[in-house]
Amino acid sequence: MTTNGSLKRHTMIAWMEDKPGVLNRVAGLFRRRNFNIESLAVGHSETPGISRMTFVVRGTDRDMRQVQTQLNKLVNVTAIQDVTYEPTVVREMALIKVTATNENRADIIQLASIFRASIVDVDLESLIIQVVGPEDRVNSLIGLLQNFGIQEMVRTGRVAMVRGARTEAAGINGETAVSAHPHHKNGQY
Amino acid sequence: MNKIRSGGQIIWESLMHEGVEVVFGLPGGAILPTYDALAKYEYPIHHVLVTHEQGAAHMADGYARATGKVGVCIATSGPGATNLITGLATAYMDSTPIVAITGQVPTSLLGRDGFQEADVQGISLPVTKHNYLITDIHDLPMAIKEAFYIARTGRPGPVLIDVCKDVQQAEMEFEYPATIHLPGYNPNMNAPDPQAVQRAARLLNEAKKPVIVAGQGVSIARAEQELRELAEKAQIPVATSLLGIGTFPATHPLSISWGGMHGEAYCNYALQECDVLLAVGARLDDRLTGAFETFAPKAKIIHVDLDPAEMGKNLTIDTPVVGDALLTLRALLPLVEPNEHPAWLEQIAAWKQETGYRDILAQETDELVAPYVMRALWHATQGDCTVVTDVGQHQMWEAQYFHHVKRRSLLTSGGLGTMGYALPAAIGAQVGLPDEEVWVVAGDGGFQMTMPELSTVVQERLPLKIAIINNGYLGMVRQWQDVFYNKRHAGTPLFNPDFVKIAEAYGIPARSVTAKDEVYEAIQEAQAYRGPFLLDFQVEEFTNVYPMVAPGKSNADMIRRPLSHNLEAGE
Repeated sequence: MTTNGSLKRHTMIAWMEDKPGVLNRVAGLFRRRNFNIESLAVGHSETPGISRMTFVVRGTDRDMRQVQTQLNKLVNVTAIQDVTYEPTVVREMALIKVTATNENRADIIQLASIFRASIVDVDLESLIIQVVGPEDRVNSLIGLLQNFGIQEMVRTGRVAMVRGARTEAAGINGETAVSAHPHHKNGQY
Repeated sequence: MNKIRSGGQIIWESLMHEGVEVVFGLPGGAILPTYDALAKYEYPIHHVLVTHEQGAAHMADGYARATGKVGVCIATSGPGATNLITGLATAYMDSTPIVAITGQVPTSLLGRDGFQEADVQGISLPVTKHNYLITDIHDLPMAIKEAFYIARTGRPGPVLIDVCKDVQQAEMEFEYPATIHLPGYNPNMNAPDPQAVQRAARLLNEAKKPVIVAGQGVSIARAEQELRELAEKAQIPVATSLLGIGTFPATHPLSISWGGMHGEAYCNYALQECDVLLAVGARLDDRLTGAFETFAPKAKIIHVDLDPAEMGKNLTIDTPVVGDALLTLRALLPLVEPNEHPAWLEQIAAWKQETGYRDILAQETDELVAPYVMRALWHATQGDCTVVTDVGQHQMWEAQYFHHVKRRSLLTSGGLGTMGYALPAAIGAQVGLPDEEVWVVAGDGGFQMTMPELSTVVQERLPLKIAIINNGYLGMVRQWQDVFYNKRHAGTPLFNPDFVKIAEAYGIPARSVTAKDEVYEAIQEAQAYRGPFLLDFQVEEFTNVYPMVAPGKSNADMIRRPLSHNLEAGE
């Protein structure tokens, strides 16, 4: 069988040694194994020398197992965890440059405040709005701001963190965090 | 004692720390400081000069497969390194441990498109288990230490170290590191999960029609004896993958040969009909399984492999067992009860008999067909030799008609299917096993891809025996044209040189063989000669390999050999 359930978006966190070319290795693997990556964000973790990547991948449960096991084979990847079924805090940040005139500037500022976004730059003909939140909130704000004319936009992609005290291996001791998805527990691959 | 060493010296001294006795390579500008260190300090490592770097990688591969040690190859930057890539990809697909060392332009020129610069780390990324670009001499000893560790542990594979020229010239106080720290590398050499082993044992004990599929993982783990004990204890028939040939004696009563696209028909019937399938150290790739969703449809599948990524990659697995083949079979043995499966074994024997009727060697023909040569080679050597095949029809016939009983006695490019593999890989095998009788079995097409390595054979005084199966075609491609492209032979008829004269130009004695009754005697002449010998078997040109499973089709839908004297693809 080549399929195992329907396509679903999964959020994964991978920890990797902060060495030259590591991002290239990960990106190369995604491409070569035909994994469908929707977003990817990477930066330092709490451990010096270890980077933390959050990425969103679409696929079946079988695909997810492949993503985890293939990624884990990269020598510089120290751990990987599928947090899709975990209680998580998920955030994304966007900077949005909107066309603003004297007539509508107040409307835009009010809209931003409803979304708890901040105005980080003001110009005679534009505003830059910074919004942080779950992706759907960012999406909603962007949808509304399109009415005013978006000149430029940048999004960071999703970052995620599991709620509560840290219990599972997280990238410093070489352990592989195992997915908590029920399908992976009964030996069905 | 002054321990100041240059990068070039460090490379050789590190190789010595790793027990390396021989390397295969070809020098060039960016690796010259390292070659110079070899000459200047006369390190006791034998350098085999090759004619093309692809040959160096295949030689390291053949050496590694034949001896179980890590093979080492060396090349210069740019084209030297890119020529290695086919060999590295071959080794990666077939899990062969290789360390490749390449020269790179000086760090000051990196990224400036200087002469003979290529992004070798980038190019080799998807065909190596890991790789390094060394821009600081202080990283060099640890990279070499890690490279050997990564190459040989877990699921073996090739590792490349790209060393900038100025790093080879720089100096430092050298001490080979004693330990390594790889927090992200877990080679899974632990025992398997006991619960998974118990589930596997339960399935095997309840099975009415069990089959074992043994892959190369059995051989890498040196678990041949345990495999045999398990099969005999529970009377389970054993099939192998192509790379698993030799893990179970083909002459054993429980052997059902090998399965897949050109495997034995009775083996494929057994795989399709079995109720429990135990795959050990086999990737279960498309050439073995046919269309994934049609493979072993009635079977509960137990998959033993130390690479977790193989679990469920292609098939739905009922009982995955992540673990080393040796440790897993040892854990499984006491839990599997003695058993007999008389009805099942009788059924397989009946299928085998039917296959026998269709055997081309059972058909009366005076023409020299390739399977006849393979069977004669088996008789003449009594199986006590190492055969290195190329890729194509002859490869399948060798696997069908030469009954391997010895571990590691067939070396072949199974995963990547690299034509040109045989001659250089056999050179590597013969260098590693100087007292072994090593046979190259190659088609006329593939042989010519790496034929210049004949000079390496002579240079190294290797007593290699070479059998060219010469049908004047790229035979396997021609066969696909016969079957799927209405016999339009685009690009498959070959213009061949006189291979006997080619061999003689290298000083290698040779003879051509055109008739059946010369075959055995010619093989014996080659065996008796104390040196390399080439045989050009000019075989019937249109014979095809059967059975044949069309790509994407089920193994149940095999195209069988016509039951007539007509050897052309007819049915």
